[in-house]
Amino acid sequence: MAVEGKTIDALSQFELTPVLGAVGRSIGFSQSNMHMLVAGLLIVALLMVGMRARAVVPGRLQASAETIYEFVQNLVVGQVGEEGKRFFPFVFTLFMFVLFGNMLGLLPYAFTYTSHIAVTFGLAFIVFVLITVVALARHGMHFFSYFFPQGAPLWLAPIIIPVEVVSYLSRPVSLSIRLFANMVAGHVMLKVFATFVVLLGGLGVIGPFVAALPLAVNIALVGFEVLVAFLQAYVFAILTSIYLHDAVHLH
Amino acid sequence: MPQLDFGNPLMISQIVWLMIIFGLLYFILSNYALPRVEAVLEDRRARIAADLDAARAAKAEADTALAAHAEATAKARAEAQAAIAAATAQAHAEAQAHADTLNAKLNAQIAASEARITVARDAAMGALRQVASETAESLVAKLTGRADPAAVGRAVDTALAARAGS
Repeated sequence: MAVEGKTIDALSQFELTPVLGAVGRSIGFSQSNMHMLVAGLLIVALLMVGMRARAVVPGRLQASAETIYEFVQNLVVGQVGEEGKRFFPFVFTLFMFVLFGNMLGLLPYAFTYTSHIAVTFGLAFIVFVLITVVALARHGMHFFSYFFPQGAPLWLAPIIIPVEVVSYLSRPVSLSIRLFANMVAGHVMLKVFATFVVLLGGLGVIGPFVAALPLAVNIALVGFEVLVAFLQAYVFAILTSIYLHDAVHLH
Repeated sequence: MPQLDFGNPLMISQIVWLMIIFGLLYFILSNYALPRVEAVLEDRRARIAADLDAARAAKAEADTALAAHAEATAKARAEAQAAIAAATAQAHAEAQAHADTLNAKLNAQIAASEARITVARDAAMGALRQVASETAESLVAKLTGRADPAAVGRAVDTALAARAGS
């Protein structure tokens, strides 16, 4: 798949293919959805198996489950305040779903569902609907004052209001494109350098020595991608929290 | 780019499955998994708080015990000081009384001795007058051949009185 006719094909890794045979084809269940399911099962397993002991002094798995729990809780409460506890399960689900999607995608032969703009936009759209509904439910019509900051001169309204509306509407776009672009760029880079390894490795006697160079780059890239995978999940979660703060407090 | 191939029917179904899986995950996490974590964390917090409270109570108890001990020590020290002071005072008084009786006895002895000395001196003085008179008489008799005891006695008395006076 990586090398087809001695050309670099970095994009076919993102193609959707049905899994589970005929059943999967009939319900449109692709390998992307399979990875979502695996990620979800891993998340539930981490929490359920990790917390099974309910120990006062936690073991390794329980400690990691508790660490992630408190990490996300501090993030949400720190951004939104005490009212944010209501949204904690949502932000936690979002953070874990994106984090596990990014991390699973780094395994060989795995598919990265966060590298699909449709998936990231779907998640960002849920966030957008949530923050709008929360803001409308809490503030009613007063919510629309969000688009015109207090104290601004009235004659600036024709400029400020369109800018604020566009910036509000572009939130799901920027949120989804940031994650999508980061994951695609990382995986394309990995694939390109991996293809270099194969191509250069076939250059006769010196091949293996030259091929060591892109291999070293790829090793460094994998470490870098682990960082990006965590960072993008964190950014997704913290931006969601900031938007929730805006929805709850209006500025 | 396969991600932008929105004509692919798998793209639509991917989103539908995403919503289903994400919704299911949210349901399971918010209803089962996260409350379990919260319960364990809450339990630990409560336990630590209870332990801290117990430790604080024990410390307060120890503090009161320490204060009682310090108070008892101070009291005992004060009692000991008082006892020492009383014993010293008593010893002083006894010594004083002893010294007083001794003084009185010595004074009495001194007085008795003085009285004895006075008597002895008076006796000696009396004897002296007789000896002086007799000596003077015999001297006068030897020198003059006669003696006037009355005149000699007067002269001796005068001389004695002059000596005693000087």
